[in-house]
Amino acid sequence: MTKIHVKTNINGDKVEFLTDPRETLLDCLRNHIGLTGSKEGCGTGDCGACSCIFDGNLVSSCLVLGVEAEGKSIETIEGMAGEKELHPLQKKFIEMAALQCGFCTPGILIAAKALLDRNNDPTESEVRYWLAGNLCRCTGYDKIIKAVMETAKDIRETA
Amino acid sequence: MAKDELAKDFKYIGTRPNRPDGYDKVTGRAKYGADVAAVGMLHGAVLRSPYAHARITSINFEKASKLDGVKAIITRDDFPVGIDGDTLNLLENTIAGEFAYYDGHAIAAVAATTVHIAKEAINEIEVEYEVLPHVIDVDEAIKPDAPVIKNNARDFSVPEGSSPNVASYIEFGTGDIDGGFDKADLVKSGRFKTEAAHQGYIEPHACMAQLDHDGQGEMWVCTQGHWYIRQMCASVLGLEASKLCVTPSEIGGGFGGKTTIFIEPLALALSKKSGGRPVKIVMSRAEVLRATGPTASASMDVKIGITKDGYLTSGSVEFRMQGGAFGGSPVSEALQCAFAPYNMPAAHHIGYDILANRPRAAAYRAPGSPMAAFAVESLIDEICTDLNLDPIDVRLKNAVKEGDKSSYGPKFKKIGLIETLEAAKDHPNYSISLGDNQGRGVAAGYWMNHGGETSVSVSLAEDGSVNVTVGTPDIGGSRASIALMTAETYGIPYDSVRVNIAETGALGFNEPTHGSRATLASGKAVYEAANQTISEMCQRVARKWQIDPDAVFWENGYAKPAGANAGDFSPISIKQIASEMDQTGGPIAGHHEASIRGVGHSFGVHIADVEVDPETGRITVLRYLVAQDAGRAIHPSYVEGQFQGGAVQGIGWALNEEYVYGADGCLQNAAFLDYRVPVASDLPNIDTIIVEVPNPDHPFGVRGVGETGIAPPLPALANAVNAAVGARLRSLPMSPGKVLKTIKTGEDGC
Repeated sequence: MTKIHVKTNINGDKVEFLTDPRETLLDCLRNHIGLTGSKEGCGTGDCGACSCIFDGNLVSSCLVLGVEAEGKSIETIEGMAGEKELHPLQKKFIEMAALQCGFCTPGILIAAKALLDRNNDPTESEVRYWLAGNLCRCTGYDKIIKAVMETAKDIRETA
Repeated sequence: MAKDELAKDFKYIGTRPNRPDGYDKVTGRAKYGADVAAVGMLHGAVLRSPYAHARITSINFEKASKLDGVKAIITRDDFPVGIDGDTLNLLENTIAGEFAYYDGHAIAAVAATTVHIAKEAINEIEVEYEVLPHVIDVDEAIKPDAPVIKNNARDFSVPEGSSPNVASYIEFGTGDIDGGFDKADLVKSGRFKTEAAHQGYIEPHACMAQLDHDGQGEMWVCTQGHWYIRQMCASVLGLEASKLCVTPSEIGGGFGGKTTIFIEPLALALSKKSGGRPVKIVMSRAEVLRATGPTASASMDVKIGITKDGYLTSGSVEFRMQGGAFGGSPVSEALQCAFAPYNMPAAHHIGYDILANRPRAAAYRAPGSPMAAFAVESLIDEICTDLNLDPIDVRLKNAVKEGDKSSYGPKFKKIGLIETLEAAKDHPNYSISLGDNQGRGVAAGYWMNHGGETSVSVSLAEDGSVNVTVGTPDIGGSRASIALMTAETYGIPYDSVRVNIAETGALGFNEPTHGSRATLASGKAVYEAANQTISEMCQRVARKWQIDPDAVFWENGYAKPAGANAGDFSPISIKQIASEMDQTGGPIAGHHEASIRGVGHSFGVHIADVEVDPETGRITVLRYLVAQDAGRAIHPSYVEGQFQGGAVQGIGWALNEEYVYGADGCLQNAAFLDYRVPVASDLPNIDTIIVEVPNPDHPFGVRGVGETGIAPPLPALANAVNAAVGARLRSLPMSPGKVLKTIKTGEDGC
């Protein structure tokens, strides 16, 4: 199938790629741009491992077509850390052992950041429901929820 | 090592440092199975049977092979003939021969220049099937007139007159069973059923393989055990094992399901047929659910006798388990776990391994133990209710301890069941008052743990830091625990140790990260290897000081003279020894190879509080406690993580998860939307108590901690539901409809 030329912005960088129109944004990120941090756990929008920020909205990039990225701004896990240090959520996830295998971790970090960017004082229930679209099979979520709550507290205290 | 040494304080063990692979895993840099590509790489796709049972009468791939970009198509004809035994089962499960045995069974595979072309080609392959009768349910499959899945499937153990689908039979026991029941004040029995569950790792299977016609090849693969992958691929393809180099990727969960082969031999065969081009295959989620290795489904009869003051007198179990079309359900392990927590004067066990038209079961966290626990621990709870006895007290009265002979044979060394029961009883969760429609359930669980073949090496870097090389992939923080044990052994900082996971050519054979063995077995081997290098360093220092090597000892990263008689020398640091290596005899490295034994048995006790909505049957888990003996928690955060993760997998199995088959024998819920694993909003925090009764056979007291936690949730939740609304469910999962039916009719679901 003839490929389509797409111009977009990923993690602040201008990016161009050619895509088969059947490919998802996740396929494009992973296979054309080399950003393999976003993972495919299901391909059907059920697991959240491919979570990205798409023009300010949290999306499952496996449910977005690559061609839809034209003219948009996309944030992935590779753009989450600052130049000098990790994002507070990334740091807290390591400190509090909020990951085991780490496969769901990029999607959960992106989703958690999207929450804290909107609300830095969520209740535990709000965190649990916000992350209900991100499956983790290793941790039982306990340490993930606690790490997000602790990060929110740190953010509030330093604000 | 003497037990008193185990009680000593540690400098690093028991602390909670950041894991060494933390940065890679929070930044997206860590490379998992599907994250690599190679120059000239092709993409593979697999054609799978749409029928539960069929004879394959013809495969025509002429049209498919003419598509632009298709480079290779393989069928069973591309694999060796003359294979038998379990290798034949492995091969049959990898790619069907004359028969397709389950929905999703691989029939053919394609390698093409793009994924899209490979999938298009799959659709162009023409297969003619003669559809055969199928059987899915374990109780149906064991009937004498059930559809026959395979002729001559039974082994020597199967009694005459059994269903042709019985692959093997097992029976063992001890004591006077009938006499035991005669002595009981209450004898109770029940039938219990559990449905198949999937490990549900979030990372689908993925590999990239390359194989030349000279039999040399390499593979990158997400697996719990790359030597297993090498061994199995070599055996089904007729290769020499040493010519195949297998490198493990980071692994996105396994839980036992990534200890065997599925797509890996297909990728190798496709590579060979396409002239040695690398071939990558990544499974879809539907393929993972249809065609990898879920656990067995089970039908179980239990009978238990008890005195009115709560002492068990006798018990018998008959477990019937199907583990797919090739046998291999964990019925033997289930029987071993059934009564293991208890001193049972008499115990009798019967097990049937039964064939059904389902995918071949793989291991899933404490294989067999959750089913056994559901049956036995539910019935014990029924007994406690009938006799008005406290469920923890009854378990304490009967709990096994050091010196007891287990229900299945082995004698226990130092174990921590009693301490774990006491810790659970003392926890605040056991005394919080409950409201209407709320109930509390208790259950114990057991896993025997495993050591297995292990090979490691350590080497001193030129600046005195240490490289450790192990063969057990890190699924949940084992790099951290191994680094902690290494730091402790040398007396050097945790950050001065780097743990590498090596490919198959770098070490001797290693069993996978399974059986709760990585921290236990690799840790024990690393301790031995590190001590080899410490001994070598002491010898070099002795030569330098010109004293006897026995007069030098090692402490906190320094070689020191052993007392005043040895001489007056300033201690020499590992840094200095390392900087002088080239002058004192060359590189300093150690290695250790062993079949690790003395694994230390693992016991856990869970307390679950639930609320049941009597109008909808929905169960809400209010609070949950895991108490488990870890022997010694090397990195307590990751020990807690194992407890919590295991408990939540058990909660999923108890409440939501099941393989749902249609009348056609095809899987109806091959997606995460329909095969519903627990999500964050389903759950409370999972409270944990780490009990530490050190394993006397491990240098640091470690017991495996990974598996036991999945067993108790199944009965603990069923017991809690009964306590909440008086509905006894003896069939899993306890989905809302089933709960509602039990509330209304009293039927237990079996």
